[in-house]
Amino acid sequence: MKNKPRKNTRLILVMVGPTALWLLFFLLLPLIYVVYISFMTKGLYGGIQNIFTLKNYTSVVSELYMKVTLKSVKMAFQTSLICLLIGYPFSYLLSKTSKKVSGFLMLLLMLPFWVNGLVRLNGWTNILRDSGFVNTFLLKLGIISKPITMVYTNGAVLFGMVYCLLPFMILPLHTSISKLDNSLVEASMDLGAGKLHTFTRVILPQTLPGIFAGTIQVFIPSIGAFFVADVMGGGSATYLGNLIQAQFLTARNWPLGAAFSVLLIIFTLIILALYSKVGSLDDLA
Amino acid sequence: MDDKKVIVKLENITKNYGEGDILKPTNLEVYEGEFLTFLGPSGCGKTTTLRIIAGFETPTTGTVLLDGEDVTNLPPYKRNVNTVFQSYALFPHMNIYDNVAFGLVEKKVDKKTINEKVTKMLEMVQLGKMGLRKPSQLSGGQKQRVAIARALANDPKVLLLDEPLGALDMKLRKAMQLELKALQKELGITFIYVTHDQEEALTMSDRIVVMNKGVFEQVGTAREIYENPKTKFVADFIGESNIFEAGVVEDNNGIVQLVMENGHVSAFGDGFRKDEIVYVCVRPENVHISLVPADGFTLKGFVKDQVFVGSVMKTIVSLPNGEEVKVNMHPMARPIEKGTLVNIYWDLDKAVVMHTTEDNVYDLIEDSLLMGNPGGKTNEE
Repeated sequence: MKNKPRKNTRLILVMVGPTALWLLFFLLLPLIYVVYISFMTKGLYGGIQNIFTLKNYTSVVSELYMKVTLKSVKMAFQTSLICLLIGYPFSYLLSKTSKKVSGFLMLLLMLPFWVNGLVRLNGWTNILRDSGFVNTFLLKLGIISKPITMVYTNGAVLFGMVYCLLPFMILPLHTSISKLDNSLVEASMDLGAGKLHTFTRVILPQTLPGIFAGTIQVFIPSIGAFFVADVMGGGSATYLGNLIQAQFLTARNWPLGAAFSVLLIIFTLIILALYSKVGSLDDLA
Repeated sequence: MDDKKVIVKLENITKNYGEGDILKPTNLEVYEGEFLTFLGPSGCGKTTTLRIIAGFETPTTGTVLLDGEDVTNLPPYKRNVNTVFQSYALFPHMNIYDNVAFGLVEKKVDKKTINEKVTKMLEMVQLGKMGLRKPSQLSGGQKQRVAIARALANDPKVLLLDEPLGALDMKLRKAMQLELKALQKELGITFIYVTHDQEEALTMSDRIVVMNKGVFEQVGTAREIYENPKTKFVADFIGESNIFEAGVVEDNNGIVQLVMENGHVSAFGDGFRKDEIVYVCVRPENVHISLVPADGFTLKGFVKDQVFVGSVMKTIVSLPNGEEVKVNMHPMARPIEKGTLVNIYWDLDKAVVMHTTEDNVYDLIEDSLLMGNPGGKTNEE
């Protein structure tokens, strides 16, 4: 009898230990280091001088960089909203189709993941550029007289973001919507609510957890995804993600890059805190 | 019944989903203020019938009339009927008060009236203080009451209940049965109830519709259905029955003389042909056994087993061909030794003679002829 709890402790250690160590060494310690260097001074030739300063953070909140931050947040909002507007009806219809059809559609949704995101995005720039497929086609048909500039714009970045992140919206939405108890929908109609009211009063509140989960899974990566802005924005569009990447790789200003990273982490934590608060409201699911 | 107002009328309703009929052509009139129950085994189409009245299903053919108005193609939200669902279907994101108020909010009733009505409804189901709780904080029985209050708050012309007590434990179920019946009497609203539990149906209903394989086998009061089953299915499904196959010897002045493989029996009945194969149904409590033969009966068997179960003495009598007859004797009756040869008889008015279904009458006769001397066929005349 006395042995049992001890055995359990050992089992827990064996199972959780490696992951815990991994997280400690490859997530927590680097994070602490990032926070640490964000308060240090940039070396003359790109190194780090161990001199405490708040200069990095004053730069972060400077007008120029705040613009970039706001632009990034705006982009993340737009991406989430568009993903939601596309993803919700799609997930809803998915739950109404037969298992066979919905399984096939889910496969189609996941299929692009088998190809690297960069490759797919570069494919899109090929299709959308001035001499690309879409413009050539429209020119040949005579619908337009000169190519429409589609790539290397903010719109293209938004498109790329939605394209890359849509599945992350659909998966949690699908889980949430397919869990929806149809008798609740019937009860609503039985009590006199038409289709619109049944949606707003029953279906929407019941699928709120999926909406939150999906929005977060889209919002957080879209704030930091630098490669989408790089490929679709052609380096001309600067977002928080590119900014961090540039500070570390091009400008070699690690402390400033670290400060931006901390800003990003804070954003993420705030959103997650909001989510856990909403998620803990009882009976939402 | 004639002077009663018809509130729901089903005319030639059928339903099929492409593969076989769920409902064969059915007609039914439901009267205002009655407690009507659809009773049948699972898959018999009782829930489908209820859903057609509620508007969740459209019948393949036929019309549904609600208070004289054709509602066949009206969506549920435009019908003045409400449903109590088997799973309760309370909205988990709303508290009890808002659940009950749901329908009234849809009707755009003013807040004060809603408040009065909801309070009244919650008090009626004895949940006056639970308004602010969430459904997840209630017990099964309480959820059930909320579901009933929520439906009744809309003053429906008809309340539909789809196995509403199915998820409750036995004791609570019995209490809720009586409560529901009392509620229905008090409010005078028509209740249409679906269940597979015959005891529940017998306890609560004014009339019962016994369903089987999409067919209304019999419509009648509990007493009519129990004492005078119209089909073998009804006799078999409701309560315990002895069902024998027999041949008609003579149908004379309302007394049918029958022959079974092991002897002659009689019963009241009319409209049977000579040599027709029929079913004779007798409830175990109506079968008598004695050492002396009774007039019109020559059926004999051996006592196989006797069990005292409190209210009755269950006795099994084995006929020479192996068929068994269930007899419920008075608990104080003197036990009979196993193996005793006894005469079996019953009061003529306590047995029901019924035609076998039309299409297999001739099959049975044919079978009998082929087999020489089969059960229920006589060579004696």
